Amino acid sequence: MRARSQRLIMVSVAAVVLVAAIGLALFALRDAIVLFYSPSEVAAAHPGYGERIRIGGLVEDGSVERPADGGANFVVTDGAATIRVIYAGSLPDLFREGQGVVVEGAFLHSGEFEASSVLAKHDETYMPPEVAEALRESGVWQGGGEEE
Amino acid sequence: MIAEIGRYLIALGLAFSLLQIAAGWHAASAKSQMAANLAARSAYTALAGVVVAFALLIVLFLQSDFSVAYVANHSHVDKPLFYKVAATWGGHEGSMLLWCALLVGVGAALARFALKQDEQLRNRAVSIQGLLQVLFLGFLAFASNPFDRLLDIPIQGAGLNPILQDPALAIHPPTLYIGYVGLSAAFSLAAAGLIEGRGGRAIATALRPWALIAWTALTAGIALGAWWAYYELGWGGWWFWDPVENASFMPWLIAAALIHSSIATEKSGNFAGWTAFLAIMAFSMSTMGAFLVRSGVLTSVHAFALDPERGLWILAIMTILAGGGLTLFALRSGRLGAGDGFALTSREAFIGVNNLLLAAVAGTVLFGTLYPLIMTAFGVTGISVGAAYFNATATPFLAALLVLLPLAPFLPWKKDGFNRRLAMRAAVWILPGVLSGLWAFMLGASPVAIASAALAGWTIAGVFADVWQHRVLQELGARFSLAGRILAHAGVVAIALGAVADSTGAPETVRALAEGEQIEIPNYTLTLDGVRRADGPNYLADEARIVVDNGRLSELLPQRRFYSAADTTTREVAINSGFGGDLYVSLGEPRARENGDIAYEVRVSFNPMVWLLGLGALLIVLGGLMASLGRALSVKRLEAG
Repeated sequence: MRARSQRLIMVSVAAVVLVAAIGLALFALRDAIVLFYSPSEVAAAHPGYGERIRIGGLVEDGSVERPADGGANFVVTDGAATIRVIYAGSLPDLFREGQGVVVEGAFLHSGEFEASSVLAKHDETYMPPEVAEALRESGVWQGGGEEE
Repeated sequence: MIAEIGRYLIALGLAFSLLQIAAGWHAASAKSQMAANLAARSAYTALAGVVVAFALLIVLFLQSDFSVAYVANHSHVDKPLFYKVAATWGGHEGSMLLWCALLVGVGAALARFALKQDEQLRNRAVSIQGLLQVLFLGFLAFASNPFDRLLDIPIQGAGLNPILQDPALAIHPPTLYIGYVGLSAAFSLAAAGLIEGRGGRAIATALRPWALIAWTALTAGIALGAWWAYYELGWGGWWFWDPVENASFMPWLIAAALIHSSIATEKSGNFAGWTAFLAIMAFSMSTMGAFLVRSGVLTSVHAFALDPERGLWILAIMTILAGGGLTLFALRSGRLGAGDGFALTSREAFIGVNNLLLAAVAGTVLFGTLYPLIMTAFGVTGISVGAAYFNATATPFLAALLVLLPLAPFLPWKKDGFNRRLAMRAAVWILPGVLSGLWAFMLGASPVAIASAALAGWTIAGVFADVWQHRVLQELGARFSLAGRILAHAGVVAIALGAVADSTGAPETVRALAEGEQIEIPNYTLTLDGVRRADGPNYLADEARIVVDNGRLSELLPQRRFYSAADTTTREVAINSGFGGDLYVSLGEPRARENGDIAYEVRVSFNPMVWLLGLGALLIVLGGLMASLGRALSVKRLEAG
């Protein structure tokens, strides 16, 4: 009898932890999911102002401006559409014009995209899979490489 | 010629691993001493082959033999000598060779050192380890051979990524791999125990020392990687909940659960099935980590040679391991035997809850890491799961672990231990908890920070009480495993505190400064005094002189380097470390002002009490080493008399 009630307690503790874990995971997931768009998809899907999203594409040649007091502005393109990005932080060292980039942030009412982070990989031969996919869809990217 | 010998040696390792499977299996089934010797010698020969192959690959790097594709892609004539050697394991093929060398090393070590008193179990484990060797050596030989030649031989080599030229990063992979691969011993021993129908206690005793060493190495490897990210990447952080980081954190959690549950199983036979299950899962998780890192199925801030075909290979290996292991577990776990049972407030009960919480963290991290993949299967692509998810799910469980951590060492095995004496003790520990919570409240801290401070007071008091209880300072020499436990627990507390302190830090400040201009952050004023050229042997550099004023004057010299051979820019962060935290400064790109001045972008952050993280990792590693040493000594003593 003792052993049985003890087993019951063990199982209930495990069930509580399990339910807590699942509940917490689903709850936390709602706010933490970030969707990825290519510039053309942004034009079609119109993500809301302030909604946290990621945009990937190429940094348009000649588009990078460096304001006198810090930060950087640039244009992300997939050949078909362009997005103007404002970034107050320090650009990663591998950021280059004409190369792939992923920016995370939200649209401002002005139509510009305010990035809170800019990802460029620390391997210059690498293209983020989403970016390669987006570029292939718009016909800019014909390269193969690791994306077969 | 050297490359061809290397290729041959890998095939040799593969062949002898096959022999090791057969001989080990026969030795266990037919109780044949001759077969057992053959299995052991096969393992030693395979080890010699793979180790010499690895040495030959190093020689190829030293010779800069760019006719070998792997060398051409990962080395460069201008690379400093030390990093030519370190580049051997810097890419996919070489790191897989290192993985295989360690895996075969574990096979040889099992044959040589494991289970002197239970040869049957040992031989079975050696045989299963042989199977793991064959799977990974096959992958190495057929899909990732580091000795493949190039037809078109380059003159210089392409691998000069300067960020990767760093001492911490050079030793980070080998340390991490000792951890990942070390867990294979626990896998083989658990699988062998299930096949042989051994009791849970015997299995736990057999696998515990291997799990402990592997977990210690895993801790050191993860800490080195975080340290590198902190000061070399210049992002100002040390943990980003990136898939690659999660890939190492999940086996760490499972192994931490395993070393706790195996103590309980060893002592009283409880949790026997769970221990065997964790042993199978730990190495499966390691393999899954390798899959996530190399297949490129998830977007990660860390780069690796990405190749879907290789990803499929590793996925197949992982399916065989986890599928086979779990099937075996399902068929045989009934034979593990029931434990002695335990009371509700015994140490076993607390270890059980510890394991539930660790498993819950591992489960939620796994779910969040794989969620983008799961959604891809449903046709929804391009989702990523932010750090907010991982912070929100992991923190409550880790906090609950910290609440229980100080109590468990005071509880007896099997019996109820929550008596008046422990209640009194706990009441005493609550006092520093309440005091530090009040202190945080008076400083105007956030509710989370107040709760953390209170928790910190509680756990620190508990760990000190554990020291006091055992008068460890006097008995340190004699009781290594006890000291190991206390050190590791103190390390966990220090890391938790460091993480909390870090989360209270203000966000970074980025501003472009011309000479004489300032950035002000709380308690600090930074003035750009000037920027000069500071070129090095293979790079051009700007070095800023930044005068820091926090009542006392000091200077910081961050650099921005350009490596022309690699066409890469890097930053050398300048850090002013103190008890309160690190002042962390990096130098960004210059820009011209309209009046002709040049302004340099300066990025500043203050990271509170980062040293706690380093201290914590050091304490855990020391604790793990001590516990392993204590165990080795007590085994020696048992054998001696």
